[in-house]
Amino acid sequence: MAPPAPILQMSGICKEFPGVKALSGVDFRLLPGEVHALMGENGAGKSTLIKVLTGVYDIDGGRITLNGQDVVFAGPLQAQQAGISTVYQEVNLCANLSVAENIFIGREPRRLGRIQWKRMRRRAAELLAGLDLHIDVSAPLSSYSLAVQQMVAIARAVDISARVLILDEPTSSLDSGEVEQLFRVMRRLKAEGIAILFVSHFLDQIYEISDRMTILRNGSLVGEYLTSELGQVELVGKMIGRELADLEKLEDRPPARTSEPLVQTEALGRSGAIEPFTLTVHKGEVVGLAGLLGSGRTEIARLLFGADHASTGALRIDGEPVTLRTPRLAMNRGVAFCSENRRAEGLIPDLTVRENIVLALQAMRGWHRPIPRRTQDELVDKYVAALNIRPADPEQLVRNLSGGNQQKVLLARWLILEPRLLILDEPTRGIDVGAKAEIQRLVAELSDGGMAVLFVSAELEEVLRLSHKVAVLRDRKLVAELPNDDGLTTGVIMETIASGGRA
Amino acid sequence: MTALVRHRLFWPAAVLLLLLAANVAFTPGFLSIEMKDGHLYGSLIDIFRFGAPLILVAIGMTLVIATGGIDLSVGSVVAISGALACLHISGLPDQNDVGGVLTAVGLALGLALVLGAWNGFLVAGIGIQPIIATLIIMVAGRGLAQLITDGQIVTVNSASYKLIGGGYWLTLPFSILIVLAVLALTAFLTRRLALGMLVESIGGNATASRLAGIRSRGLTVAVYAFCALCAGIAGLMISSNVSSADGNNAGLWIELDAILAVVIGGTSLMGGRFSLGGTVLGALVIQTLTTTIYSIGIPPETTLLFKALVVTVVCLVQSPAFREKVFQRRGRRRPAAPQATDDEKVEVPA
Amino acid sequence: MSSGILTSARLRLPGRLRSAYIPVLATAGLLAAMFVAGGVRYTGFASGQVVLNVFIDNAFLLVVAVGMTFVILTGGIDLSVGAVVALSTMVSASLMTDGGWPPLLVVPLVLLIGSALGLAMGCIIHYFDIQPFIVTLAGMFLARGLCYVIGTDSISITDPAYTAVAQARIALPGEMAVSVSVLIAVAVAGAAAYVLHYTRLGRNVYAIGGSEQSALLMGLPVARTKIAVYTISGFCSALGGVLFSLYTLSGYGLNALGMELDAIAAVVIGGTLLTGGSGYLAGTVLGVLVLGLIQTIISFEGTLSSWWTKIFIGLLLFAFILLQRLISARRA
Repeated sequence: MAPPAPILQMSGICKEFPGVKALSGVDFRLLPGEVHALMGENGAGKSTLIKVLTGVYDIDGGRITLNGQDVVFAGPLQAQQAGISTVYQEVNLCANLSVAENIFIGREPRRLGRIQWKRMRRRAAELLAGLDLHIDVSAPLSSYSLAVQQMVAIARAVDISARVLILDEPTSSLDSGEVEQLFRVMRRLKAEGIAILFVSHFLDQIYEISDRMTILRNGSLVGEYLTSELGQVELVGKMIGRELADLEKLEDRPPARTSEPLVQTEALGRSGAIEPFTLTVHKGEVVGLAGLLGSGRTEIARLLFGADHASTGALRIDGEPVTLRTPRLAMNRGVAFCSENRRAEGLIPDLTVRENIVLALQAMRGWHRPIPRRTQDELVDKYVAALNIRPADPEQLVRNLSGGNQQKVLLARWLILEPRLLILDEPTRGIDVGAKAEIQRLVAELSDGGMAVLFVSAELEEVLRLSHKVAVLRDRKLVAELPNDDGLTTGVIMETIASGGRA
Repeated sequence: MTALVRHRLFWPAAVLLLLLAANVAFTPGFLSIEMKDGHLYGSLIDIFRFGAPLILVAIGMTLVIATGGIDLSVGSVVAISGALACLHISGLPDQNDVGGVLTAVGLALGLALVLGAWNGFLVAGIGIQPIIATLIIMVAGRGLAQLITDGQIVTVNSASYKLIGGGYWLTLPFSILIVLAVLALTAFLTRRLALGMLVESIGGNATASRLAGIRSRGLTVAVYAFCALCAGIAGLMISSNVSSADGNNAGLWIELDAILAVVIGGTSLMGGRFSLGGTVLGALVIQTLTTTIYSIGIPPETTLLFKALVVTVVCLVQSPAFREKVFQRRGRRRPAAPQATDDEKVEVPA
Repeated sequence: MSSGILTSARLRLPGRLRSAYIPVLATAGLLAAMFVAGGVRYTGFASGQVVLNVFIDNAFLLVVAVGMTFVILTGGIDLSVGAVVALSTMVSASLMTDGGWPPLLVVPLVLLIGSALGLAMGCIIHYFDIQPFIVTLAGMFLARGLCYVIGTDSISITDPAYTAVAQARIALPGEMAVSVSVLIAVAVAGAAAYVLHYTRLGRNVYAIGGSEQSALLMGLPVARTKIAVYTISGFCSALGGVLFSLYTLSGYGLNALGMELDAIAAVVIGGTLLTGGSGYLAGTVLGVLVLGLIQTIISFEGTLSSWWTKIFIGLLLFAFILLQRLISARRA
């Protein structure tokens, strides 16, 4: 059966940001009546591609054709008018308004300028009934779950005559029943001939709903595949960038540690974030957390640092049961956490490099015991040199630094605390190769010096090179804990991720 | 030259110099300071002396704004503090009794601290928006001040109390010395000790501050308490200067002038970096403006018009949107810059 | 699975009704309780005319609070209203008394000045992205300053037509009467409620208050709406000023000092969220009546001094802000 002509065609798309080539020559097509998954790890270029398509960013090269005609959008609004609607994970509706209004605002049925509420509610109810959703449309949107809110957003998009519907990680915060409901709606829209671009980090969902997938890696196209023809292991390999055959054993594997446990969790979990897990980190041990984005890596890190509260289970540090209600309490126990989200959760952009580096130490000491300026300068100079932070000007505002150097500033902030457990969430993402090697060497040295490290990274080789053991996560669940012995390869980890530890 | 213009105190300093120059042009002896009876006199001294309460309130307001907050209640605290002190002194058998006056001062400042802590508790403890939380004492506090004075203007006749706002010490007006002391103390706390950095950190990025282990709740309460304390001292100064307490009019609209002084001084209302020097400059600009209008013979009724003009100009010049629209006409318009937060995933806890 | 979603939605239904209407119902309950308490305690309190007098004494505040409701619903604030009221009384009085202008010319001019001031502030707020707090503060200084430029003393209004309108009483059944101002204020409140509920402008106001970002993405005219809201507030303040001058038959630069606080308090006590997006005009009307009734009760009490009004308003503000906080915490 010959496939129908694509409704949307993007060819040779290029997009550059200062210093980064976000997309280089990416082709992408979308057929009417299909669910097309866009796959790739963090930084692969998925969101950039969506933003280029919807006119949030303008393109540097390549062309977009919709229904055979060249198009350039100035913004999401224009894209929507042309029939391309996007529904994000955080629903872009007004939660304070009623369900009916959210569908019709800006295009309410009126007579002589007077909004006809009854007619609007009736039409909204009909529209939602078409999506198999029977709810009170006069209730405010905020009174419904995120799943319903997303379906309301979809209903609005479809009613404004969407031919292309982009669902950007719509399932991230939904439970399994809600996901089922969403999939039913998606199948119904598919049957009506609407093309759906679907982004999700949950492999099971991809295989359940999508017909076809396009895989991106590092801003380039890996390929387009029929979902039914690509196995899970191959998919993970393509996303991470290694074919199974290429995977070799690593030579310099860290020596095993036999020391007393530092941190032990017993069925520690947080509902909606990470299912209860049991994990032990020994002194001087590097534990790698492997798993795709959204698999619960960051959630584990946040629980161990007291950034989120556990809803179940127990945590022991040095064998003593502890409850970490605030990051401060975790810091008192010698735990440090370097967040992957530098801008939102790490840096104070208005402060200088020096101030950002000494911030956590100063917070530990309290405002009344300032760190003497000379000590500050010594500490800062030491780490600016050790981590090769550029420009090497401690009085530069941290906002003026590049991403990699900002990351190093954050790392320095935690290293001067000399923690006993250092949690690093994607510390090497967006850093040049040299700095990456430096950070890896640093982690090995720190662990030799007795510091335990929880190392979260999407790069399996890095995890394997540094870790004494690897905990594998999938779909918010810790599915396996693998000792880093001769039998462990990136291939084994990928298979574990793909199979969910069922093998 | 560009570095000078770019300096964040350039515009307020320029406006102040301009105002002073206008004064010198109209009043030749404007800058002269003379010694009479062992006291220093002169227009410059007067500007400082009359501006003292505003500078004090603005110093406290600077810290509150640096945390990303705002305190509307300072005017009411000014009135309450003056009222309580005057009420206590008026009941003393000997109004010049130093011990009694000190008790009055202690009571007034103690109450101010309590009111400030209450504001801080509403903001940091309960999580109410600062502008709303402090609105409560702004409204109720005026009533409280009148309740204390029983709606009357309480007059006192105490030389010891008069010293605070109207007296001289070491040839200088005592109120200027108080301001210098509070300014020195604040500078010490914020710049020599680490308070300033932690406050800027909270205002700059509250989430990151929490993850860096900063106890922002306690600090926020302390900052609001300190702000109220400054307002309390200003209240003593104002009531002492006129030897009476007026619950209705003392400190009326001083919160607006103080916020204005902070903004003119280059501290952003969004919080983060603050500048005590800028705030003092800002307060002096406002006070000098008033003085100038009197001295060059413009009807004093128009002070407010000039204030409106200064606020608008200073805020427009400091607004990035305005600069972009007006100053960057040349060259291509930049394509819509990606939102800073768009690039990175925001983890949404389910 | 869909049944699970459906049940959860149905279960939430009563909760939703409660949380949207709680503040307004609380205000209505408070008003009723105050009225009953007053009726039991003071003779001559429980009459219709006492209620109508609350309206007569607060007609101007009601109109100003209506404008403020629009602004606060978008999540903004307008500090200039009191000053614009004063400016309007001053312009009216000086033009009619000193200039001899007819009221039919003066009133539209005053309304135009107020609207223009609001329009200008709205433009600065939106296009230069400066906080409403600061912009309307400058507007307040400007309007008060203009008052003093016109004159520093109180000017009384002697225009015969104007005084006739001011003193006119419209008789109601049961030997009750209201002033013309009350009719105007009620008409304004009614029109505003209609606009907020039945027109796109009104719904856009709520949408912007809910999420300005989303409103933009949904293609709503955010700029036009935000500017319109401050213009409406300016118009209402000017109209409030006209009613104020009808009430006092004079113009004075110190009129309506702090009225912005009363208006904000009335809106908050009426259950509108200061963060925007939630609230009803009926709530604002009730809020104004609560403020008015507090004054009435204090005047009936006789021994209670006037400053208790402010303390009571402060306490009420605290109670209602806490209530709003609890409701929004429960929603989250």
